Amino acid sequence: MTLEIISFVVFALLAIASALLVITAKHPVVSAMSMIFHFFMLAGLYLTLSAQFIAVMQVMVYAGAIMVLVVFAIMLLNLGDEGKLRSGFNFRKLVAWFLGGALAVQIAVLLSNGALSNTAISEKASELGTAQVIGGELFTNYIYPIEIVGILLFAAIVGAIYMAKKNLPTEE
Amino acid sequence: MINEFILALPLLLIAIGSILVLMLDAATRNKQIVYYTSILVLLGLGISAGYTLQFDVAIIAQADKTISANTIFYGGMSAVFDIIFAMGGLLTLFASREYLQRNYKEINECYSLVLLAVVGMVVIAHSNSLIMLFLGVELMSIVFYILTGFFRNREHALEAALKYFILGSFASGFLLYGIALIYGSTGSLILSDISQQIASGNYNSIYLSIGLGLMTVGLCFKVAAFPFHQWAPDVYYGSPTAISGFLCTSGKAAALVALVVVAKNVLSVETSNVNYLLESTTARNILAGISACTMIIGNLSALAQKNVKRMLAYSSVAHAGYILMGIVACSTEGFYAVAFYCAVYLFMQVGAFAIVGFIEFRDEGNMLISDYADLRTTHPALAAAMACFMLSLAGIPPFGGFFGKYFLFVAAIKSGYLWLTLIAVVASIISMYFYIGLILTMYFKNNENPINVGKMQGTKLTVALSIIGVILLGIMPNVFYGLFNFTF
Amino acid sequence: MLTDFGIILLFLIISVLFVGAGLVTAALLRPSRPNPVKNSTYECGEHPWGGSWVRFNPRFYVIALVFLVFDVELVLLFPWAVVFKDLGWFAFLAMLVFFAVLVVGLAYDWAKGYLEWDKPSPQTPKLEDLVLPKKIFHKQQKDS
Repeated sequence: MTLEIISFVVFALLAIASALLVITAKHPVVSAMSMIFHFFMLAGLYLTLSAQFIAVMQVMVYAGAIMVLVVFAIMLLNLGDEGKLRSGFNFRKLVAWFLGGALAVQIAVLLSNGALSNTAISEKASELGTAQVIGGELFTNYIYPIEIVGILLFAAIVGAIYMAKKNLPTEE
Repeated sequence: MINEFILALPLLLIAIGSILVLMLDAATRNKQIVYYTSILVLLGLGISAGYTLQFDVAIIAQADKTISANTIFYGGMSAVFDIIFAMGGLLTLFASREYLQRNYKEINECYSLVLLAVVGMVVIAHSNSLIMLFLGVELMSIVFYILTGFFRNREHALEAALKYFILGSFASGFLLYGIALIYGSTGSLILSDISQQIASGNYNSIYLSIGLGLMTVGLCFKVAAFPFHQWAPDVYYGSPTAISGFLCTSGKAAALVALVVVAKNVLSVETSNVNYLLESTTARNILAGISACTMIIGNLSALAQKNVKRMLAYSSVAHAGYILMGIVACSTEGFYAVAFYCAVYLFMQVGAFAIVGFIEFRDEGNMLISDYADLRTTHPALAAAMACFMLSLAGIPPFGGFFGKYFLFVAAIKSGYLWLTLIAVVASIISMYFYIGLILTMYFKNNENPINVGKMQGTKLTVALSIIGVILLGIMPNVFYGLFNFTF
Repeated sequence: MLTDFGIILLFLIISVLFVGAGLVTAALLRPSRPNPVKNSTYECGEHPWGGSWVRFNPRFYVIALVFLVFDVELVLLFPWAVVFKDLGWFAFLAMLVFFAVLVVGLAYDWAKGYLEWDKPSPQTPKLEDLVLPKKIFHKQQKDS
């Protein structure tokens, strides 16, 4: 129990710190690197919730494939130091701060009310997070969704290449 | 007992068909084959949906659903919407072919992308599981992002696509978070189970309320309802004109059917949980507020537009507001009215956009309202057709738009939303100004250099079919209401 | 349950410590005498100039996009691989269909030539472009 709490606190603090670094870092590549770190920390958080498969998926898809894309996009755009892009204080920022603060207060009130106090992880959770259980569910109860995911990825391939290809091969 | 595969026929046909079309495209590269196969697939979707519609809902309810494990809803409302989507796809294909030939290389991807978008819409209409609903919304949205930026060499098309993509992904995030919280609250993703859980009061009311709120945000974005409508005019304006009609009719209808699916399973349920934070009436009042703001703001912004495409784009925001009234009513009658208005709106808006695309000619010329002056002499048939669509959009009696609004108003009044109906009437009166204004420009203004835009056979087919649809639904709304052999 | 992954965590911690310890000992032991030439980027004897961030060619991006899609597909293969023996033919067929759809996607891109490497098409200047056209030449003569 204590091990779980300690690992949760460590992962959560590191995740928040790296997320802050993502938005505050001046150089986009630093942001990207701290985002990778953030994804690893999230994977750790999933592990503390005994979602092993999701944790592995997080590392494979997010920290692997998606970050490749992000870094490529940064290199492609050749963004320099963000410092020049920064604008000073303006009205929009004020509204954003206000809304964000309001949300934080709401969450704090909900938490202090004890409305969300029932946060115990189910005993069965550790059995549910494995690849076996997920596979068993996916290929019995979620056959149609799986096939739709196939079509979704298919549409994504066709569309992404259509939009990203430099010269569309001229036809005929 | 009916075989599940027969019931799933529309879904299977369109899914396999859309992949087949892409395979044919890769194998033959023949534009004719790709185009006509796409049309055949959509016809197949419409016919098979009509076929499943003949089964009684009670029989379908008893059918063996082990393969889909209850994630799919068959027949009934979903079949009606299948027919609407098939029609939308067909009208778009007819209109888009020559439009693409004129404006850009005719690239086959357009047809297959339209088909893939229809797959997404059909999945939404058939979803009985929140996962299916989300996947359908995502599939449709991803294809829409690409279709918006289909003219890759036009700067504002790319701008619109990027804007749509970033905001749309954000909205999808809201939707997914909402679904996750609803799952956490009720312990199920199957909508019929969720409604049972709510009825028995066996759920966490805070999570459910937050989840429903987040889902509403996501879906309202897809519908382009009031606080989340800013993307709509830019996107409808930036995308290829023949496609804009598709985005703002079929796309809107799909997002609305998602709302219908959620509303009928969640909002119309009497719960025994006393702690229900977000009561059904509260949720409906919020939706009613969104609906009222949407129609007023859409119509007021459309008033100021000088560009016809932009005017239609803003007016489509307003029409989303009208259709939301049916969901606010949250009764069988209201849902019927939603389906009816979606069908009518499909015909009138796609028809109007087809004419705009026709008159646009090449490279976005002739887009201003003043360019339409004296269309009566140069293109009398087009002017007459455009006048029909405008009158129908304004809701003038002999056309379908009138009955669409009538049914929505009646449904809203019966559920006790008289104030919403009054606002809708005021909004309709505002909208008459710019709809009738365009007709006056076409018929009573002189133009020094009248436009001549040549011939377009396919677009004429779209316009003709739309005219037939608008007039038929206006004279005999029972033709469409006859399809409703089911209740909720 | 955590204990299974605890070993991995331990492994991670030790590996970080291992690298960190190496670097720290090196920093303690090595002499530190920096000068401007030493600190500058090594450029084969040339003076370094400009940024080290070069712009990537977009063709790499297309490959990365395709990779992403197939990576997501791969992730869905894992849970299938551990259970398809128990679930029988139906699950096998379901995955086959899923897989077929994506193979069609790949084949489509291939057949359409979207996977072709974008080769640069260098424009060799023609003689006419290099030599001043006669008209302009005469005009310039006149003006001067």
